[in-house]
Amino acid sequence: MEQILLSKRFNKIDPYSIKDYLKSNGYQILREALKMKPKEILDEIKLSKIVGRGGAGFPTAIKMAGIKNETDKKYIVCNADEGEPGNFKDRHLMEKDPHSIIEGMIISAYTIGAYHGYIYIRGEYDTAIDIMKNAIEEARNNNFLGKNILQSEFSFNIEVRRGAGAYICGEEFALIESIEGKPGRTRVKPPYPSQAGIFNYPTLINNVETFCNLPIILDMGGKAYAELGSDYISGTKLISLSGNVKKPGLYEVPYGTTIKQVIEELGGGVDQGRNLKMIQLGGACGPIIPRNLIDMDIDNERFEIFDSKMGAGAIIVMDDRFDLFDIIHRNMKFFEHESCGKCMPCREGHRQVVTLIEKFVHYNATEDDLHSLKSLVDVIHETTLCGLGQTSIASILSTMTFFNEDYQRRIEDSKRKSETLW
Amino acid sequence: MLVDSILNHYPKEKDYVIEILLDVQKEKEDNFISQEEVKKIAYYLDTTESHVCSVLSFYTLLSTKPRGKNIIQVCKDVPCYVRDDFNLLKTVKDFLGVNFNETTTDRIFTLETTACIGCCDEAPVMRINDRVYKNLTKDKAIKILKEYRGNDY
Ligand SMILES: Cc1cc2nc3c(=O)[nH]c(=O)nc-3n(C[C@H](O)[C@H](O)[C@H](O)COP(=O)(O)O)c2cc1C
Ligand code: SF4
Ligand code: FES
Repeated sequence: MEQILLSKRFNKIDPYSIKDYLKSNGYQILREALKMKPKEILDEIKLSKIVGRGGAGFPTAIKMAGIKNETDKKYIVCNADEGEPGNFKDRHLMEKDPHSIIEGMIISAYTIGAYHGYIYIRGEYDTAIDIMKNAIEEARNNNFLGKNILQSEFSFNIEVRRGAGAYICGEEFALIESIEGKPGRTRVKPPYPSQAGIFNYPTLINNVETFCNLPIILDMGGKAYAELGSDYISGTKLISLSGNVKKPGLYEVPYGTTIKQVIEELGGGVDQGRNLKMIQLGGACGPIIPRNLIDMDIDNERFEIFDSKMGAGAIIVMDDRFDLFDIIHRNMKFFEHESCGKCMPCREGHRQVVTLIEKFVHYNATEDDLHSLKSLVDVIHETTLCGLGQTSIASILSTMTFFNEDYQRRIEDSKRKSETLW
Repeated sequence: MLVDSILNHYPKEKDYVIEILLDVQKEKEDNFISQEEVKKIAYYLDTTESHVCSVLSFYTLLSTKPRGKNIIQVCKDVPCYVRDDFNLLKTVKDFLGVNFNETTTDRIFTLETTACIGCCDEAPVMRINDRVYKNLTKDKAIKILKEYRGNDY
């Protein structure tokens, strides 16, 4: 069931050695790409139908084409801020195959005509930072970066920038602000980063995994790549599987694989023979679904029924020892802490959501609290400025549908508790 | 001076402020940025002290208060929580005798919690300075803490 493209070099090469990378066909595709016209590369990417792997699932070719036509100075950014609880794929890519990210970035830069690139890595990823810095240095010493790359007309450099512990900096405009040396607070869109990004120059931001796919696409051809995966999304996906399974870990599967296959066949099923209670998809901002929905495919389209997406590919498995409200509470504490504070419904809303959920956790909830919670999450969902507020409440919205009886039972039990206290 | 030698590594451009703050803090025994250092950094980058402070206060990894020599961050997010059957945070708290966001009286440790640090495949985890300790059990966690403490006696 696994299909190994992105992870083909994992544990087979020394990430500190460019020699190992070169021996395994590394930078060979860049060599070929530099002989192509940028337009030809873009056409292959278009044919591949690849969509971004950072969570929002936007078609990569459209984003690149949108920038290409602009003339001025252009930037390219690799988003390695990976901070959504339950996600660890970008760390594995950086720690195990750093040059494939760099190769993908150089190819993108050549395609859109960017002259400078950043890779923005969260500050907690000390090992990944060290490996990426070393890889960039080695790439420069071998003229894959720098002036006139491989005797071509094209020059390009990459610099590592560290985050400092703010999840919101994964959001593209917050990230841009952070690279400019400011607090990571988002900007109002439009204009989009492709129009006015870093220092107001056109900027292409992609996820680590998206960049890693580009050499693969050019290698096999866009058309062949489009054949991989499901009817909805092409290619393979790195899945971060965590929680109560026998074998948590990173797995690469084609889109169209079911959640059940990942949990049972790759993850070895629920640990210690316990029963599955719920699964959170995508990370803390994803929906929580019950056992009977795990036959669902891993591809974004299907998740629109709860107005949320598969995100970056996390599957968090929880067995029946865990209380739904305890889990939601932890999710909401995360967002309360990570809100950048720019807009009121997010800053104040999460604080109130936490208070309301605490009532459910402590068996003090009433029907009125449920109503307040419902309207509050709608307000947060509808009126916040960036993706954090728009998606943070997915765990509540989804469980109000799929675990409605848990809410009802908790209200009943709360009533009983208050009556016995009288 | 410590700050000067770090500043000299960077161009005089404002966008490097976060990099500089991270480097300065890392070199300091008490893991924080002082007002004096803010002043120097602002002067070097030709910006205001209040701008440097606004950056400093926004980012969780940066501190304006003195902390211990070793920063312990225990992960408290869901993937770690559901695999933690011995209560890692309590184990560390009990060993150190402090609550989170507190520093031990010998100033060797500050205990903090952290959001997910992307090691959920080897949960539960904690980060001490720039190392992540994974697949922790109660015994393993205590052994690690003892080693850090031991180094200082
Ligand atoms: C709160 C928030 C956090 C995000 N964090 C990340 C992240 O850590 N990594 C990432 O690639 N994208 C993240 N994104 C999505 C980015 O804004 C952006 O869509 C993505 O980097 C685009 O790359 P892609 O097209 O390759 O997916 C985040 C979005 C939001 C709203
Ligand atoms: S939704 Fe939250 S994180 Fe996003 S801009 Fe508003 S306050 Fe900041
Ligand atoms: S939840 Fe602890 S490392 Fe991810």
